[in-house]
Amino acid sequence: MLQRDYTTSQLDVLEAEAIHIMREVAAEFERPCLLFSGGKDSIVMLRIAEKAFWPAPIPFPLMHVDTGHNFPEVIEFRDRRVAELGARLIVASVQDSIDAGRVVEETGRRASRNRLQTTTLLDAIEDNEFDAVFGGARRDEEKARAKERVFSFRDEFGQWDPKNQRPELWNLYNARLRKGENIRVFPLSNWTELDIWDYIRREGIEIPSIYFAHTRKVFERDGMLLADNPWITRGEDEPVYEAVVRYRTVGDATCTGAVESAAATVEQIIEEIAATRITERGATRADDRASEAAMEDRKREGYF
Amino acid sequence: MDILRFATAGSVDDGKSTLIGRLLFDSKAIFEDQLEAVERTSRDRGTEYTDLSLLTDGLRAEREQGITIDVAYRYFATPRRKFIIADTPGHIQYTRNMVTGASTADLAIILIDARKGVLEQSRRHAFLTTLLRVPHLVLAVNKMDLVDYSQERFEEIREEFTSFASKLNAPDLTFIPISALHGDNVVSRSENMPWYNGSSLLHHLENVHIASDRNLVDVRFPVQYVIRPQRATDPAFHDYRGYAGQVAGGVLKPGDEVTHLPSGLSTRIASIDTFDGPVDEAFPPMSVTLRLEDDIDISRGDMICRPNNQPQAAQELEAMVCWMTDASKLGPRTKLTIKHTTRTARALVRDLHYRLDVNTLHRDESAQTLGLNEIGRVSLRVTQPLFVDDYARNRLTGGFILVDEVTNNTVGAGMIVEAR
Ligand SMILES: Nc1nc2c(ncn2[C@@H]2O[C@H](COP(=O)(O)OP(=O)(O)O)[C@@H](O)[C@H]2O)c(=O)[nH]1
Ligand SMILES: [Mg+2]
Repeated sequence: MLQRDYTTSQLDVLEAEAIHIMREVAAEFERPCLLFSGGKDSIVMLRIAEKAFWPAPIPFPLMHVDTGHNFPEVIEFRDRRVAELGARLIVASVQDSIDAGRVVEETGRRASRNRLQTTTLLDAIEDNEFDAVFGGARRDEEKARAKERVFSFRDEFGQWDPKNQRPELWNLYNARLRKGENIRVFPLSNWTELDIWDYIRREGIEIPSIYFAHTRKVFERDGMLLADNPWITRGEDEPVYEAVVRYRTVGDATCTGAVESAAATVEQIIEEIAATRITERGATRADDRASEAAMEDRKREGYF
Repeated sequence: MDILRFATAGSVDDGKSTLIGRLLFDSKAIFEDQLEAVERTSRDRGTEYTDLSLLTDGLRAEREQGITIDVAYRYFATPRRKFIIADTPGHIQYTRNMVTGASTADLAIILIDARKGVLEQSRRHAFLTTLLRVPHLVLAVNKMDLVDYSQERFEEIREEFTSFASKLNAPDLTFIPISALHGDNVVSRSENMPWYNGSSLLHHLENVHIASDRNLVDVRFPVQYVIRPQRATDPAFHDYRGYAGQVAGGVLKPGDEVTHLPSGLSTRIASIDTFDGPVDEAFPPMSVTLRLEDDIDISRGDMICRPNNQPQAAQELEAMVCWMTDASKLGPRTKLTIKHTTRTARALVRDLHYRLDVNTLHRDESAQTLGLNEIGRVSLRVTQPLFVDDYARNRLTGGFILVDEVTNNTVGAGMIVEAR
């Protein structure tokens, strides 16, 4: 009978699951979109979308929630990738939300546009009438995310109710909605940071240069290395110096920290991550450090 | 390296969190900042020991109440395997969460406190894992340090559980005596229990054979999405028509004769396509795109199988159903939406034959309804044929969900036992 052992490697299982999720969404929703920031998770997600519908083009637009506080390398990468795919990119701008009086810019030394993004995102979902929004979040990133469904239901205010989530069994996803509600979809839910890097290596996927070691002007705050940039207010006690660093996550430039690293290739990054003892969010995200439940609170409000 | 998905079950204080914490810690999946955060919170609350359950209990309400409410997924890997843990709460009021976690599990670990032995809840956990057809079951007899690592005590528990499990037609069953707290038989074999000749828990998890748990015999390909690249830049794809989906059973090869349901028409597989090029076979859980030799009208919700091995095209279903909401009850004449593979239809409950007491397995035939967390045998009529197999034969073509037509919530999970 069966002579061969039908063992499937972990990356193939994860990829097949993510493709299945994407096709479910394309089949069951009217107006999906995929959040694409130019960060590694969204890059992997975009590659999976390319695979899921090949040889047809990706059947939904991409959207970037742009805080305006970007790393130029990432924006350059974003635009190049979008052009290669011939995809449609919607840029939802936090600056526009500020100009329109939808949100008020924070002030002071720790001012960040991170929280303001939620309003911009929710407005863009409403304006474009999106009913499904793909995000690249992974359950291993953070403990509130560990509880989140692959199809995460949001009410007409974009809110997540963690105590009232739809049960999710087998590979059956419930796509039922009323008008104004939406589902956030996380096809990479079961991937870890290491899986993402293993996949980037296996597929030979290009990523923005800031993920690799480079020399940058940084200063220290709360044990993190923040890039010196025009949007951040430094104190006298926060001197700038040059260091060889790389980024483990890419987010708003005012609250994403770099790590000291000499890793110049994907292989070296994988070695480094396999040996690291600190999570990527713990190392690099000021936004999650605010409190024990910072992520849960932001997600309840409608954050990705 | 492949993936093993496992669910953990146990009653409060049996040591579930300690065990998971140890597996994560010893495989270096707990990071320093996570551990520091947990230590800080434990200290703030005046707990003497570092409470590893804070790692998995991620919601504010869970941490405040000190209980696990919902399934949490955790990840770790050894050089042999990647592991996905569905950490499910053990209380009877969370039966639906355990059912959810078990639905995709290759293996379940049921913890038992060696001092307390097999309790009502252990029996419930074992029943649920066999109902959901989790192919491998591990009974981890924990806190062996508190019974002087006694072989006699372990054997007593083993015998009691084995006689109970024979009633369940439990699958592959393995007993491991452990101390989650001290690490005996968790990662490596314990010197405290020289009488135990089996593997350590982690060794068992790394080596249990799961590739053949999938159904590789009955070809089942639920059509998920039709790919027709009308605006393809490459003219070679102008007439392309592919049927995309995830293989739910069997092995498909180019040239194979296949039958389309519901039409009953047969054709051959022209090619099995992926972005990375055509492949010479497809099997679960691969997501692929089939091209067929003949033009047949095929759409989402249809099924591709083999001419001489077809699922039942059924409109009358007999199923075990777990009800998952407290907002309504299931009873005769309840109307619901049913989602089975890629097909969605409407379903009418014709009869509730009995409600099962998940602790005693007693069948209450006088029951009129199923409420939250209750399980019973139900007859359903559906508005269009579903292409089904017995759940025991294939979890993917034998399982379905029920959706409330007013609230849109997922309110039930069903496992087909018989179809007509
Ligand atoms: N002596 C001993 N105590 C244990 C063992 N495993 C867990 N415990 C203790 O039992 C208590 C409950 O454990 P916990 O992991 O929180 O149980 P859970 O409710 O199943 O998650 C804690 O005080 C643990 O330290 C063991 O193997 N031996
Ligand atoms: Mg616990």
